[in-house]
Amino acid sequence: MTAIPTSAPRPRRIAGTPGQIALALAIAAFLLMFLVLPVATVIYVAFTEKGTSTFTLVNFYDFVRTELFMRSLWNSFYVSAMSVVWASVFALPLAYLTTRFVFRGAAIVQTLGFLPLIMPPFVGAVAMQLFFGRNGSVNLLLDDWFGFKIDFMEGLNGVIFVQSVHYFPFILINLSAALRNVDRAMEEAAQNLGSSGFRLFRRIVFPLAMPGYLAGASLVFVKVFDDLATPLLLNVKDMLAPQAYLRVTSIGIADPMGYVISVVLIIASVLAMWLSARALKGRDYATTQRGGGGLAKRMMTPMEAVFGYGIVILILALVLAPHLGLLLLSFATIWSFSPLPDAYTIAHYGRVFGESSVYIKNTLIYASIAGGIDVVLGVAIAYLVLRTKLIGREWLDWMATAALAIPGVVLGIGYLRTFYGITLPDGTPLAALWITIVMALAIRRLPYALRACYAALQQISVSLEEAAENLGATKARTVRRIVVPLMAGGILAGFVTSFSTAAVELSATLMLVQSNSDAPLAYGLYVFMQSAAGRGPGAALGVVAVILVAACTFLSHLIIERSQKAKGMGH
Amino acid sequence: MLNRRTALAATLGLSLSASFTTIALAQAPAGKVTVVTSFSKDVTDPIKKAFEKAVPGVTLEVQNRNTNAGVKYVEETKANNQVDLFWASAPDAFEVLKGKKLLTAYKPKATGIPEKIGSYPINDPAGFYFGFAASGYGIMWNDRYAKANKLPEPKEWQDLAKPVFYDHVSIAAPSRSGTTHLTIETILQGEGWDKGWRTIKEMAGNFRSINERSFGVPEQVNSGQVGVGIVIDFFAFSAQASGFPVKFVYPSVTTVVPANVGIIANPPNKAAAEAFIEFLLSPTGQEVLLEPGIRRLPVNPAVYAKAGADYPNPFTDPRFQKMIGFDVDKSEGRTAVVDTLFDQIISFQLDGLKGVNKVLHEVDAALAKKPNDKAKAMAEEARVLLAAMPVTEAQAASPELRGAFTGGKEKGARQAEVEAQWASFARDNYAKAKAKAEEALKAAK
Repeated sequence: MTAIPTSAPRPRRIAGTPGQIALALAIAAFLLMFLVLPVATVIYVAFTEKGTSTFTLVNFYDFVRTELFMRSLWNSFYVSAMSVVWASVFALPLAYLTTRFVFRGAAIVQTLGFLPLIMPPFVGAVAMQLFFGRNGSVNLLLDDWFGFKIDFMEGLNGVIFVQSVHYFPFILINLSAALRNVDRAMEEAAQNLGSSGFRLFRRIVFPLAMPGYLAGASLVFVKVFDDLATPLLLNVKDMLAPQAYLRVTSIGIADPMGYVISVVLIIASVLAMWLSARALKGRDYATTQRGGGGLAKRMMTPMEAVFGYGIVILILALVLAPHLGLLLLSFATIWSFSPLPDAYTIAHYGRVFGESSVYIKNTLIYASIAGGIDVVLGVAIAYLVLRTKLIGREWLDWMATAALAIPGVVLGIGYLRTFYGITLPDGTPLAALWITIVMALAIRRLPYALRACYAALQQISVSLEEAAENLGATKARTVRRIVVPLMAGGILAGFVTSFSTAAVELSATLMLVQSNSDAPLAYGLYVFMQSAAGRGPGAALGVVAVILVAACTFLSHLIIERSQKAKGMGH
Repeated sequence: MLNRRTALAATLGLSLSASFTTIALAQAPAGKVTVVTSFSKDVTDPIKKAFEKAVPGVTLEVQNRNTNAGVKYVEETKANNQVDLFWASAPDAFEVLKGKKLLTAYKPKATGIPEKIGSYPINDPAGFYFGFAASGYGIMWNDRYAKANKLPEPKEWQDLAKPVFYDHVSIAAPSRSGTTHLTIETILQGEGWDKGWRTIKEMAGNFRSINERSFGVPEQVNSGQVGVGIVIDFFAFSAQASGFPVKFVYPSVTTVVPANVGIIANPPNKAAAEAFIEFLLSPTGQEVLLEPGIRRLPVNPAVYAKAGADYPNPFTDPRFQKMIGFDVDKSEGRTAVVDTLFDQIISFQLDGLKGVNKVLHEVDAALAKKPNDKAKAMAEEARVLLAAMPVTEAQAASPELRGAFTGGKEKGARQAEVEAQWASFARDNYAKAKAKAEEALKAAK
C-alpha cells in the first residue's frame, strides 16, 4: 500500500474519514430501520417458548430432530447446487460468445437471455406446465408419436429445471459485466506468450472474470435456496423455503417452527455468500490499465459462427419457452389438454388495457425508486467494505445479504408490525403508504445490486484511486470521478437486476398493498389469475409486464454497449 | 343528487326490498368502504359494480388476499384498523376472527332468507358474520383428459379410490384451503372418524398432487395437467361458463356451507359496511351471484326463479336434501388436529402412501383374474395398516392435543413433537403395509 494519508493520523481503532464513518452509520441506520427491526419483531418468535416470551433454543432442537425438516434442508442444498450447475451451463456460452466475439445482435441476445428473470409469479409455472408438464404440448406430442412421456416437471428434478431456466440470468449478467471489464492487455500478454483458444479462456480470461461469475453463482444458489413459489407450484413441499412459508402463513397456529426455518434460511444464505467471498479472498482481480475497454473482440470463422449461433439459439429457445407459452396463453381462448390452444383471440388484451394502466404506472415508479436506492446503497457498501478499514464494515455486507433469505411474507408481516402503529397526522398508518411497498422492494432486491457493485469494484485497481488522490483529489471526488464511472457497467447490471425483479415481486407486496390504486403489476396479475376466466387476461398482463421490463433492459444494454464503444474509441 | 336517487329507485324498482331502502337512506352511507376478500376479480368486479350502482356515493375498495393472509392482515393491523369488511368462503376463518374479537355483531334487515341451508345455519348464531351464498363440495373432471385416459365418470368419494383413478386425482391441502378442510371434515363426520380417514387415505393413495392453493386444483384440471379435482362447486361452474371442457358432480356424502361476510371490529365506515351487507343479501345482490363468472348458490330461495333450469337449487333439489348434517362446533374444535394429521400422514408422506396403494391395486387386479383367499386376507391386513390412525376421535378433540396447537400457556407436548410422532407412525405403518401388500401380490400371482 502506497497511499499517502490525506490528513493527520487518526486513532487506530477507527480507520476511516469522518465522511466514511457517517456514511457507514447512515447505511447501518437504514438497514436497521427497514430490515433488521421489522424482521427481528417476527423472528424473535423462533427463540421463545410457546405462549410465553421466555428465551429458549428448544425450537431448534425440534428442527434438527424432525425428519421432514432435515430432509427439506438436504433437498434445498441439493436443488440449489444442481441449479447453479445447470444455470452455468446455460449462461457461460451466452456470456462468452456475446462478449468475446463480434456477435451480431449481442444486445438482443443479452436482453432475451435476461428475460427469464422477469417471469412474473404464477404465470411462469403455468406457462411452463403447458409446454413441459405431464400433459403439456411436448409430452402430448411425444405420447402421440412415440408412446412415451418425459418427466420434465416432476419432483426435485422439475424444480432444478425450472429454477435454472429462471435464475441463470444472474450468472449471465454478472459474468458478462465482468468479462467486459477484463483487461485486453492481460489477454494480449498471454497471447504473446503463446496461449490461445480454450487455454486462454480457461487460464486467463475466466479466472479474471471470476468475481462476476461467483457473484452470479452465489445469487443463484441463495435465490433457489430461498425461493418458494416454484417448488410450491410444482407441488414439491419437502424443501426448506416452502416449509417456512406453509407454516408462517397457516392460521390459528401459534407455531414457532416457520420462524425457526426462516432463521436457518438466513444463516444458510449468509454462509453461501461468505463462502463465495472466501473463495476470492487473498487474490487480486483488479487490473490497472483501463485503456483496452474489455476483451478484444474477435471475428468468428464461418464454422465457429454456425456453431456459436446454433448454441445461442438452442439455449434461448429452451429458456424462453415459458415466455412463448405465456404469449400463446394470452391469445388463447381455451387451452386444455391439447398441444395448442383451441382458438385465438385478442379480447384478453382489451380487458387488460382497460384496467391496468394504473398497475403499469405504479410498477415503473416503485421498481425505479427501489432500483435507485439499491445501487446507491450497493456502491456505498461495496466501497466501504473493499476500500476502507472501518471496524465492522463487513457487517453491513452480511446484513444486506441476509435480506435475500428473508421470506417476503416475513418481511411483509414485519413491516405491518413495525410501521402500522406509526400514524401520520391525518391518522393513516405509515404502513399504508405506497412508499412502504417501495422500501420492501428495495430491501428485497438490495443483495442483487450489492453483489453486482461489489464484483465491479473488485475488478478496479486501488492504485487508480491512489493516483487520483496523489494528484490532489479528495476521497469524495475520487469516488465520483474515478470509481463510479469505472463501475458503471456493474452498477447498471445491478440496477437492471434490481429493477426488473422488483417489478415482478409479489410475496412482500401482497401483505402491504392497501388499495387497488397503489397496487403494482404483480398484484394485478395475482388477482386475475385466481379464476378460470381470468387466466387469459392474467397472461396478457404478464406479457405486458415482460415487454415493459424487457424494453428497459434492452435500453440499458444499448447504453452499456455505447459506453464500451466510446471507451474503446478513446484509446 | 335527487336525479341519481330517482334513477336508483327506477333501476331497482320493486326488486329492492323496502327495508333495505329505508336503512340505506336513513344512515346515508357515503365515502369508501374497504373489504378484504379472497374472492377473485371475476366475482368482486360485478358485485362492486352493482353495489356502487345501488348505493350511490359509496365506493367499494377491494383488497384481494387469500383467506389465511387476510386473517393475518386483519390481526396485524387491528391497532389502527382501516378495513370495514371481511368477505370469504371458509366459515372457519370467520370463527378465528370472531374468536380474536376482530368482528362486530350486526343484525341484517334483509328478508326472505331462511335459517338454514341443508343442515348448516346460514348466519353465525351470535351475529358476527352472515352467509350470502352457498357452495357445495364435489368432484370436477376434465372431459378430454378422461376420454384420453379412459376414466369413468366418478359419482362418489369412494370412486376416486378405484385403481383406474391412480395418479389422476388432485386436491388442495386442508391446512391451506378452508373449503378443502370442510370437505375433509364432511367426510369424517359423514362416515365417522375411522372409516372416514380410511376413505380419505384410500383416495389419497390415488392423488397426483396436493396443492397449496385452492385455485391450484381447478387450474390443473382446466388445463388438463390433472384429470380429476376435489373442489368447491363454483370453480367447476365458472370454468364451464368460460368454455373449459370440465364436468362436476356432488357425491352423496357432502354438504352445502355458506360463504360469508362480516364487519371488522371498529370499522372506519360502519354505515357503508352495513349497506354492503344489506346489498349482498338483497334480491339485487343475490341475483349478481348467478352471473357466469361467479355461479354461486344464492341464499335467498326466491332468486332461483331467475336462474336457469339446470342451475342447482339447494332448497328444492332432492340431491341436497339427503346431505348430511354438519356439526360446526365439532369441526371447529379439532380443526388444527385434522389439518395437521392430513399434512403429516398424507401430504408429506404421499410417496409412501402411493407406493402401498399401487401394489394393492395390482393385488386387486391379480385377484380378479384368479381368486385367492390367503392373498385377499393379506391385502386386507395391509389396508388396515394403511388406515390406522395415530390418534382416536376422542384424543383429537382433547384439550391436551388442542393445547399443542393453539399456543396456549399450558405446558404440554409441543406441536413439533406431536407432528414428528405422527409422521413416524405413518412412515412405519406404510412400510409395514407395503411389505404385507407385496407378500399378498406374490401369493396372488
